[in-house]
Amino acid sequence: MPNQWDAMALALVLAIFVAIAHGSSGMSAPLPAADASPVTLDYIYLPYYALRTTLRMFAAILASLIFTFTYATLAAKSRRAEVVLIPLLDVLQSVPILGFLSFTVTFFLGLFPGSTLGAECAAIFAIFTSQAWNMAFSFYQSLRTVPSELEEVAGSFHLSPWQKFWQLETPFAMPGLIYNMMMSMSGGWFFVVASEAITVGDTSIKLPGIGAYLAQAIDERRIDAVIGAVVAVLVVIILYDQLLFRPIVAWAGKFRVELSESQNKETSWVLRMFQRTRWLSAASSVPGQIISNVSLWRLDFLTPRLSRKVQSVFVSRLIDAIWFVAIAALGIYAVWQVVDFVATELTLADFYNTVLLTLFTMLRVVVLLLIATVIWVPLGVWIGLRPSLAEKVQPLAQFLAAFPANVVFPIAVVLILRFKLDPDIWLSLLIIFGTQWYIVFNVIAGASAFPNDLREVAANFRIRGKDWWLKVILPGIFPYYVTGALTASGGSWNAAIVAEYVKWGDDKVAAHGIGAYIAQATEAGDYPRIVMGVAVMSIVVILFNRLFWRPLFAFGERRLRVG
Amino acid sequence: MLDVPNETLLEVKHVTQRYKKASGEEGSTVLDDISMKLEPGEIVGLLGRSGCGKSSLLRLVSGLATPASGEVVYRGETVDGPAEGVAMVFQSAALFPWLSVISNVELGLRALRVSEEEARKRALAAIDLIGLDGFESAYPKELSGGMRQRVGFARALVTRPNILLMDEPFSALDVLTAETLRSDLIDLWCEGRMPIKSIMMVTHNIEEAVLMCDRIIVLSSNPGRIASEIRVKLAHPRNRLDPEFRQLVDQIYALMTKRAVTDRVGRDGAFPGTGLGMALPRVSTNSLAGLLEEVAAPPYNGKADMPNLADSLQMEINELFPIAETLQLLRFAEVEEGDIRLTLSGRRFAEAEVDVRKKLFGDHLLAFVPLAARIRRVLDERPSHFAPLTRFKEEIEDYMSEIYAETTIRSVIDWGRYGEIFEYDETRQGFSLENPV
Repeated sequence: MPNQWDAMALALVLAIFVAIAHGSSGMSAPLPAADASPVTLDYIYLPYYALRTTLRMFAAILASLIFTFTYATLAAKSRRAEVVLIPLLDVLQSVPILGFLSFTVTFFLGLFPGSTLGAECAAIFAIFTSQAWNMAFSFYQSLRTVPSELEEVAGSFHLSPWQKFWQLETPFAMPGLIYNMMMSMSGGWFFVVASEAITVGDTSIKLPGIGAYLAQAIDERRIDAVIGAVVAVLVVIILYDQLLFRPIVAWAGKFRVELSESQNKETSWVLRMFQRTRWLSAASSVPGQIISNVSLWRLDFLTPRLSRKVQSVFVSRLIDAIWFVAIAALGIYAVWQVVDFVATELTLADFYNTVLLTLFTMLRVVVLLLIATVIWVPLGVWIGLRPSLAEKVQPLAQFLAAFPANVVFPIAVVLILRFKLDPDIWLSLLIIFGTQWYIVFNVIAGASAFPNDLREVAANFRIRGKDWWLKVILPGIFPYYVTGALTASGGSWNAAIVAEYVKWGDDKVAAHGIGAYIAQATEAGDYPRIVMGVAVMSIVVILFNRLFWRPLFAFGERRLRVG
Repeated sequence: MLDVPNETLLEVKHVTQRYKKASGEEGSTVLDDISMKLEPGEIVGLLGRSGCGKSSLLRLVSGLATPASGEVVYRGETVDGPAEGVAMVFQSAALFPWLSVISNVELGLRALRVSEEEARKRALAAIDLIGLDGFESAYPKELSGGMRQRVGFARALVTRPNILLMDEPFSALDVLTAETLRSDLIDLWCEGRMPIKSIMMVTHNIEEAVLMCDRIIVLSSNPGRIASEIRVKLAHPRNRLDPEFRQLVDQIYALMTKRAVTDRVGRDGAFPGTGLGMALPRVSTNSLAGLLEEVAAPPYNGKADMPNLADSLQMEINELFPIAETLQLLRFAEVEEGDIRLTLSGRRFAEAEVDVRKKLFGDHLLAFVPLAARIRRVLDERPSHFAPLTRFKEEIEDYMSEIYAETTIRSVIDWGRYGEIFEYDETRQGFSLENPV
């Protein structure tokens, strides 16, 4: 169940965005005309645009890492910080962050008036908001689950907190962090495409990059350029994966805490090249040496040695009480601010309308998840139980999950316009288009991991047909399926904001739903509507996660996890 | 090690330790008024069954934990954090998996600001000493358990500690590996090739204690107190088959199974707590039945010497004692002076068919395990014949830590299901009287 912390955290998030909108509405100035459309559709520029987009992704992931190391560490080390930071993170993780894009854009444009730097920062920040939360969450959870014996080793061998952080805690968190970084990267592509070309009220921004190229192609109705953008994204993602993530994952294998070497070790030709080529390995050992030395600094001044005398229980309780009262006051103030801001222009009728639209979108998400489930679970099982096939399909599914679905949206729009299809039905497909792959590769992974003994038991007792599905394989893959469906569900809500309202030149196609509502309000620069839309959507998403996915997840982990 | 000045290295003064509850409140007592000294040149063993607080005591001595009252004094100063000159070897070796053998060994030195070259030199020497030559660049997951524990020793020795603490260092290893490691360590110790002044080790293996230690401190549980202290004057290397050695082992077994006559609750005293607050061990009904059958059958015919039994079953006391003591609690057997003797009911159980066994077990469970009786009574009284798990768990958490409460309730569920005195439904997280269809 959502508790008071979630409510407070959500209010705080919304209030901060309201404050940003308030504070920066006067400061923002339209960019020079020259900057309004710096993107041309010549293919020759595509590599350059791809590079710019990739750099933005790098900047964002770097920011996410810095955020992860500070925020998650603070949450893990301080009990009082933890009660605020963790619910906040949880809310940020489930809120459709795309809805906030307009606020952040206005804010950053205000910071650097008239310069593209503001727009750059806004885009990077948007990508950051799609990447940081799950990374921080994973890091926090790792910090909390460091094996106690290793903690004791660090203590009894006098490692300073700085040394312990780099020698024990960070390495221990590495596998989870890297996995989440890859997930974040996949999510980031979606946002980079959405954030490079955005219109908020009178302000229109186009930053040189693939996203802006795509937007330009849509404006000029150039289907060939859309396909060009698709190809460029494909190439960039493949390069990214081969040159960056595969080496990192293969290298990070050593951080896994396990007693014996696992059977399927990840390999990477890039990593092997670095390790086997003499000058490359010599060149890379220099920064390696520096990092290793820095991690061995003691830096005792960071943590003045506290006397072990614990403060009296009374003093500690008193500080707790003051702290909690302060947070509660801040939370109530935040709620009041948000309501006040929204109520200036909107009435209760608007609110009901928003709730209704959110329910439409929810219906879409649920129905599409069901359809995706019905199609992909049997197929995923079929593939997963054939190891040689699974080995080929699995990377493809993961790749498709990373591919930003909004790049192919224009193609769908053209089809909808051409055949005069009902947008309420056919735009819905776009919501699930990019996120269904999470279900696919998780179900494949589940079926691959299904114990061979149990398969043989089923064969031995001739369990077939309905019984085999209901009593053997579906319970077996259930925990995996829920993980995939949970991710797909979260992604779908975000996708709704882009997918329910799409354009092709001057033609606009909208479905009924909260996503279209937010997108239209953004285009019009109507802040109270954006705030209310995002708030209602966030509340529904959080309730949906807590009341539906969490119990299902807990049930799967408790009862159906094999081994 | 005769050149060391003859002053006490470390002293534990009236130390008491309590469990910390999740809420931060202090729970039941783990260690109660422990006082002891560690002199130079001796190996001291802390011997006791699981849950007697021997590992807690070791952590207090190492400075990893602070006592609720009392103090630990090392070289004239109160220990209030990991002290320099005290190094620890952990049960599972506890190596950093991402560091190679040599980096693991160097880590403690680098933490102490020893220069890179010096650290490398000393680490290589320690690796050499402990017999790890050739494994310097290996990663822990490439090594066998025994080799990993050798790295654990090297890592501790390289810091040149005065005191070496060992927390059941051989218990995770197979019999042969453990024996090699023990004799290697004793050889190094006797030849004075290790820079340490004394060793303090925790063990639940009586033979291991007699084999290695100069002084054995036996801890009683409920709560942890020093029950007795035994000096071992046999010369190294010791021979397990030596009659004197055997006699000492028998003597300690007797000591550890001696009935606490002064105990208020008589023979239930084996487990911490009384009545509802009794912390029960996790023992499966198969082990209980198995031990009853084993003792009932020849050559024991109803009465067995525990050291012999432990030997023939290849069990250590931390495995054997809980089973024996559960049988004692259920009045299927009596444990005394290192012997286990079946009661009349115990013999009946061993000879009976499955259904009779279950009936007998259920009756004894209701009669002698207060928590089981309580659950049954609550179920009988309620019209719904249903009661949630948390109701009982929270009740017993008043008496013991959450971990013990969990173990206790799981054991009672297991035993109650076998004795068919109640049902437990995992989905509803509660007890009931109905039988599943």
